[in-house]
Amino acid sequence: MHQLYEFVSGPLAWIAWTVFIVGSLTRVVVLVTSTIEKDPVVVNYFSLKHALRSMVIWSIPFFPRSSRLNPVMTVVSFTFHICVILVPLFALGHIVLWEEFFGISFWALPDRITDIMTLMVIFGLIFFIIRRFSLKEVKYVSSWSDYMLPLLILAPFVTGYAAFHGWFNPQLMLILHIFSGEVLLMAIPFTRLVHMVFAPFTRAYTASEFGAVRHAKDW
Amino acid sequence: MNYRTTEDIGLITGAKNLTAEKIRSAVHKVFSKEAGPRLKAYYNTCVRCGLCSQACHYFLSMDNDPSFSPVGKVKQTVWELLDPGKRITPDFIVNAAQIAYTECNLCRRCSMYCPFGIDTAYMITLVRRLCHLLGVTPQYIQDTAHSHASTMNQMWIKEDEWIDSLQWQEDEARDELPMLRIPIEKNGAEIFYSVIGPEPKFRSQLIYQAAVIMNVAQVDWTMPATPGWDNSDMAMYVGDYELMGRMKKIHFETALRLKCKKIVMGECGHAFRSVYDTGSRWLGWKEPPVPIIHAVQFYWDLLNEGKIRVGKKFEQPVTFHDPCNIVRGMGLHEKARDLVRAFCRDFVEMHPNREHNYCCCAGGGVINCGPPHKKTRVLGNKIKADQLRATGVPVVIAPCHNCHGGLEDILHHYKVDMQIKFLGDIIYECIDKTSVE
Repeated sequence: MHQLYEFVSGPLAWIAWTVFIVGSLTRVVVLVTSTIEKDPVVVNYFSLKHALRSMVIWSIPFFPRSSRLNPVMTVVSFTFHICVILVPLFALGHIVLWEEFFGISFWALPDRITDIMTLMVIFGLIFFIIRRFSLKEVKYVSSWSDYMLPLLILAPFVTGYAAFHGWFNPQLMLILHIFSGEVLLMAIPFTRLVHMVFAPFTRAYTASEFGAVRHAKDW
Repeated sequence: MNYRTTEDIGLITGAKNLTAEKIRSAVHKVFSKEAGPRLKAYYNTCVRCGLCSQACHYFLSMDNDPSFSPVGKVKQTVWELLDPGKRITPDFIVNAAQIAYTECNLCRRCSMYCPFGIDTAYMITLVRRLCHLLGVTPQYIQDTAHSHASTMNQMWIKEDEWIDSLQWQEDEARDELPMLRIPIEKNGAEIFYSVIGPEPKFRSQLIYQAAVIMNVAQVDWTMPATPGWDNSDMAMYVGDYELMGRMKKIHFETALRLKCKKIVMGECGHAFRSVYDTGSRWLGWKEPPVPIIHAVQFYWDLLNEGKIRVGKKFEQPVTFHDPCNIVRGMGLHEKARDLVRAFCRDFVEMHPNREHNYCCCAGGGVINCGPPHKKTRVLGNKIKADQLRATGVPVVIAPCHNCHGGLEDILHHYKVDMQIKFLGDIIYECIDKTSVE
């Protein structure tokens, strides 16, 4: 067990971070360079002002009409995305790791808040899975991978919650937590989770076309 | 796959000539060589959330049938074409063509409902491009493309017929305003006025009305006597970009030959998309080589410069339909409203409106695909009939030819008692003509 712990929290952690960072950067570099080469319109009509304006507006819940039409989805989606990013970055247990591995220390979320936010993530994922099953327009376009991805995200949050509260075998839970977190990290550049990396680019391009060329709003 | 294939001889006979090799090489050309990073980014970024569905009038009108949602249409076409393990059959191509040409108006409303701003219309145009390269295109729209190729206009109009139509309208209008002229081939005129093929063919009163407005405003204008007068573009919607380039080139070059300073175009949406955006880009121009403005902008300028004045107000209550290509395509919605408010006594908004207005379901070349597909587009836009009926007014103003065609069919089918007018109809009727009487 101890050796397993050493492995997941040592070499595998470095591998996961390397795959995540190098993988994501490669995808961005390939996207940008191939766009310059093959899709020059995207570059020629790019407008930073309109890109930033659109990103700000789409970051405000209930501002775009799309988000007003789906209030439940908007609330769940915003909560989920905020929590799914903040919890891994600022959970107290992780702050220690940041310091240990990278020598950087910053402010941590209180445990109670981390707990609630973890539950929000879990709730959000369950909501997304149910939505995928029950809304026919979502079910129609879903493949097996669309059902698997939420489970992939669910794993580190459920095991982390269990480990923190000392459920089952806390040591095993911790190992599973670290392992599933690493798998998730490595999956980001190679699955649809890449939307985390690509979203600013697709948004910026559409915003430029709508705003700078066609003088219309895109929200 | 959907199984609602309508009989279109263009699609059926086109598919007979397909071989596995032809399909493979065309798919490779479009999806690997012509399109690339943008398509892949859209494909990878789309999380299949389905939020675009609520944007599509087909989906909303077809009882939320998921195969009519924007992402549903992309799933049935683009995703399959991007799957290297998928064997693409001629039947698949026929189905893809039907979806791409007749079940999407390329109105881009769905881009505004996608949290990532994914451009579904762009992906559907790639499918059309593929179908064009394979020769599997709806017969009626292909016929208009053939007309473009051989006459440089959409309606098989010969040069003498074009000139004759202009002179005929000039003659007619001189009964009303004896000094009126439609100047043909005037070198160095400030404004080059271009229209779409259907205007001389069957809506020639619009040329009459435009001439009256031009003469009242005492504008220095001209229309050419040569091919290049037509700004419409069904080649763009067929996916024949080489032909689109030829047409746009002759249009701009005719304006340059006459040394005009500005092109003004009639009330057409898709033609604006072509000359302002798609066509001039294809020719490698970041901006059109001659400034080009749509009639709505032109009328707004005339009103604000005091060149036209309101003679009387249009009395009946009116509502305004925002055409996709000049609203999501150029943001002309406020200017159009300024004109409507100036010339009409009672203006009622339809909801949703401006960028969020529902499509007419005729644009994007859909109405040009002809009778075999009429049922799909009429049933696919019940929501538009409901939206129009809810305004309770007798007149809808739509400054776009395709919108007129689409709205007419929808109003008729759903028995909504409404008249459709161009802005030019209202302005012609209500402007103060004393300057030329």
